[in-house]
Amino acid sequence: MTKNTSSPGFATQCLHAGTPPEAQTGARQTPIFQTTSYVFKNQEHAAKLFGLKELGFIYSRLTNPTISALEERLAALEGGAGATATASGHAAQLMVFSALLQPDCEIIAAKRLYGGTINQLSTTFPRCYGWRTIFVDDRDPANIAAAITDKTRAIFIESIANPGGGVTDIAAIAAIAKKAGVPLIVDNTMATPYLCRPIEFGADIVIHSTTKFISGNGTSTGGVVIDSGKFDWAGEGDRYPALAKPDAGYHGLEFHQTFGEMAMTFHGHAVGLRDLGVNQQPFNAFLTLLGLETLGLRMDRHVQNAQAVAEHLAKHPAVRAVDYAGLPTAPDHDLAKKYTPKGPGAVFTFRLKGGYDAGVSFVDRVQLLSHVANIGDSRSLVIHPASTTHSQLAPEDREASGAGAEVVRLSVGLEDIADIIADIDQALT
Amino acid sequence: MTSLIDLIVPTQPWAMVGASHKTTKASYFVLSYLLARDFQVYPVNPKGGEILGQKVYPSLAAIPQALYGIIIFRASDAAGQVVEEALALSPPPKLIWMQFGVRHDRAAARARAAGLTVVMDRCLKQEWARHTGELGYVGLNSGLIRARRPA
Repeated sequence: MTKNTSSPGFATQCLHAGTPPEAQTGARQTPIFQTTSYVFKNQEHAAKLFGLKELGFIYSRLTNPTISALEERLAALEGGAGATATASGHAAQLMVFSALLQPDCEIIAAKRLYGGTINQLSTTFPRCYGWRTIFVDDRDPANIAAAITDKTRAIFIESIANPGGGVTDIAAIAAIAKKAGVPLIVDNTMATPYLCRPIEFGADIVIHSTTKFISGNGTSTGGVVIDSGKFDWAGEGDRYPALAKPDAGYHGLEFHQTFGEMAMTFHGHAVGLRDLGVNQQPFNAFLTLLGLETLGLRMDRHVQNAQAVAEHLAKHPAVRAVDYAGLPTAPDHDLAKKYTPKGPGAVFTFRLKGGYDAGVSFVDRVQLLSHVANIGDSRSLVIHPASTTHSQLAPEDREASGAGAEVVRLSVGLEDIADIIADIDQALT
Repeated sequence: MTSLIDLIVPTQPWAMVGASHKTTKASYFVLSYLLARDFQVYPVNPKGGEILGQKVYPSLAAIPQALYGIIIFRASDAAGQVVEEALALSPPPKLIWMQFGVRHDRAAARARAAGLTVVMDRCLKQEWARHTGELGYVGLNSGLIRARRPA
């Protein structure tokens, strides 16, 4: 058994974390365990697994070896104690908030969030679960401090905002969260752990839509909740009963007392996946593991291409403005240098002088860029958010989330940069 | 520095102070796990009786064998007394292991001064499961990178 004397580097972890050779056969690539259930050794073994007294596999809604491998690799890459994979990024949000909130509790969230997240937080969560979200302009972290009440159970931000590409001051917000005794949850989908590791800046929990850059191949929806293991769930009175009080579904088991820094991850599998049923599929986990092997290589090229496209657009006569934090003129350029020194991702927006019609015309004229409702594919993607992803929002909310009428969102891919720029130029003329 | 896993020797005699008869307590989980892996563990609890088929001893001094490690499942402020009892054994144990949430810096300093190794606020079961790869079954980060097949 190998013991690590020093922590392995990022590229090594992308290839190896969570995936030793398969014990039975020595298979070097992680097998796809396409099975729903696992034969118990005997009744005593079965009873211990159900009581969480043994670690092992029962049923693939809870755990599956291919999915566990992905979870461990993602936990390692983010520097967390553990991870729980889910069917999608939205499922990850449902799962993390259901562990933290009771009815009549509140989330404080950034106004600059993905439109689908805003919908989930502002419509379905309050209607079904009684969880209210207070949206604030997080560009001034004091707005978050001012919104905290005794009902606040979570603070939720994106490391890089989708679609606007703005970089968030994670450390400043983490300090506010720590003072209030509330966990900070960071959606790190746009940055990936290669560009930014929020736990190092004080985040308690990191979530992802692994559908995007993590997988990179545009094949599989998936999500993940990664817990830092640093939040003291029992230290905040009765605020977090799911994690710190006896669980009726497990004969009075107290997760925090029993599992310490691993409480959130145990709870995510034993209660979250068990009761919400939002598990990922083994084949998706396999494809996502394949994508992760090259995460660092891909992200280097993504940010290099994104920077070149942003600089080109900034000089283009049809373009009014480019909102990319990698440009020295961007208001959050200094935040980008602090939080994403290798480059602030590859998704950003630009605004056309021709307004709504020019945005619609652009997406109808591109030939190489794919017009899709997705980001983080290896291919370059484009969308006009106001007429699609953000169309359910009121105009003023669209504006606040960076998806105004004249805004086009790009997710810059890995094609030759000359081809990407040539396609953009022909679509803008 | 010795790594935690090198301290965990299944074949050596251990005592678990604060072993509980209640099946939902962390100590019960850990004892059940260790016994299933052929660890030799004496449960200690003044209530006596049996836990998981093991005779429960009322105190460390009542255990009829020299001990290697003392696992402490007590509140932090009670851990000092357990360490005193351990140091009074003849011979004293080699290792004091305080479980999750258990910390007593003064007692730890005393034990170290007497030549013992002290671990605080760590779970013995989870460190062993990290070593075996079982932690990864539920998505936990073992911190291990391995490209060799298990022997």
